[in-house]
Amino acid sequence: MTPSIRPGLTPSSHITGFKRAVFALCLLPLARALWLAASGDAINPIEFLTRSTGTWTLSWLLLTLAITPLRTLTGLSILIRLRRMLGLFAFFYGVLHLTLYLWLDKFFDWPAIGHDIVKRPFITMGMAAWLLMLPLAVTSTQGWIKRLKRRWGLLHRLIYPLTVMAVVHYFWLVKKDLTQPLIYGTVLAVLLLWRVARRVATRARPAPLTASDGGRGTR
Amino acid sequence: MLIKKPDAIRPSELTPEPVYLNRRQFMLGSAGVLLSAEALAASPFSTREKENSWQEITHYNNYYEFGTDKSDPGENAGSLKVRPWQIAVDGEVAHPRHYGIEELLRFAQEERIYRLRCVEGWSMVIPWTGFPLASLLKQVQPTARARYVAFETLLRPSEMPGQREHTLAWPYREGLRIDEAMNPLTLLATGLYGKPLPNQNGAPIRLVVPWKYGFKSIKSIVRIHLMETLPATSWNLANPAEYGFYSNVNPAVDHPRWSQATERRIGEFFKRPTLPFNGYAEQVAALYRGMDLRKNY
Ligand code: HEM
Repeated sequence: MTPSIRPGLTPSSHITGFKRAVFALCLLPLARALWLAASGDAINPIEFLTRSTGTWTLSWLLLTLAITPLRTLTGLSILIRLRRMLGLFAFFYGVLHLTLYLWLDKFFDWPAIGHDIVKRPFITMGMAAWLLMLPLAVTSTQGWIKRLKRRWGLLHRLIYPLTVMAVVHYFWLVKKDLTQPLIYGTVLAVLLLWRVARRVATRARPAPLTASDGGRGTR
Repeated sequence: MLIKKPDAIRPSELTPEPVYLNRRQFMLGSAGVLLSAEALAASPFSTREKENSWQEITHYNNYYEFGTDKSDPGENAGSLKVRPWQIAVDGEVAHPRHYGIEELLRFAQEERIYRLRCVEGWSMVIPWTGFPLASLLKQVQPTARARYVAFETLLRPSEMPGQREHTLAWPYREGLRIDEAMNPLTLLATGLYGKPLPNQNGAPIRLVVPWKYGFKSIKSIVRIHLMETLPATSWNLANPAEYGFYSNVNPAVDHPRWSQATERRIGEFFKRPTLPFNGYAEQVAALYRGMDLRKNY
């Protein structure tokens, strides 16, 4: 998507170049993992890919949530131009993650998958988080932003509960060592607390979340 | 079904002769003094399935004393000093005593190619060398009160960085019922592919109980204690609802968080069905006759 350029913003060619660079960066982990899996460095490549894609889904969700604080702190408004792309990369890695599970872990054994979703809390939680990402990805286009107007902002607030659920998914799946989920959980807590703190600071005026700013509202 | 029963076939009958001889020469060459030609008898308990590679067996390890990632032990275990080494064998035995590692290596060593099934849902085929735990226990003579055998791993945080974290209650502990311990399948392993056991695999001496989930096969053992009461075991202490004392491989009893019905053999694309007692039912099912294996998971 080419963003609609408004006067006063950085020239569009710069933005496009910047976005392309970030796009390429977002694909690096995938390239690295495919390389490691293919080169035989990963002894259990399927487990390795499942875990890697899970880690990146969560990482890109957190990156998406980091945009607004970063923009506010740095004053770099160009950052907001990245938010949709980062969110869609979270979805992209989430699709890979789920596909690996359905295909290479369960080999499309639907009764077993259904059983997992119902009986295993960490899968239930992951599945719920994934399903919440779906409408956000679908409505990420300019067309949907215009169509949904104010409700678009409300809908996209789903990123908060779904990212919390993703972290819970992580906590519930580790065998013993909670270090990694604690790290991701801490980052998420900081990103959410920052918003709460700002809300409290600007108590009277809740941040506008309308489509009028092209969905680039303060979230 | 892909898995063959561990029938009484000698590896020498199954492996093409030149390959087999090569391997024995390789063992002799690399392990030198430790393993003599006569000592390395082939075992009827060995499986004929394709073995996992040295690289796979030594770079995909659960050994939390060296970190919780499966690549950690291969990277961190080099710091462990495995000489001198002693095992204290005590408790309900007529002759409690210490065994130095040199003495343990003088027990008749044999090759045992066993399947290993991890509780996490993956498996390997591993050519161990070692000797039956029963040979050691017979020497110290368990008393009539010896109903269980407790094992302990070395506690040395200076060389085992994982022990500086509170992941598990250190030292690592495991246990068997005495009849499980005396079963001829139960091995004290001292080598891998005919070479001395690498540190990340539990050097210098570890337990191998092939019909139980891998975590029962305790590594780098320093104490074997025979007792009358059920010993405490590390994973059971950490999470009793998920890891029972028996932990026999059982496709019918799921781990609360994942299914145990299938497993991925490392190196294979498709998953394969998990067998009761990891395919060793013929040798060990009788030990559990009349027991509810759902309750005694
Ligand atoms: C927003 C959606 C999701 C996120 C952010 C997410 C994140 C993660 C993370 C961070 C891990 C751990 C990686 C590691 O151990 O380093 C993971 C593992 C895993 N996830 Fe997800 N996940 C999501 C959805 C799902 C769904 C829908 C499923 C299946 C239905 C699923 C199944 C798994 C499985 C099977 C593992 C591996 C567990 C293991 O190897 O022990 N996840 N996920």
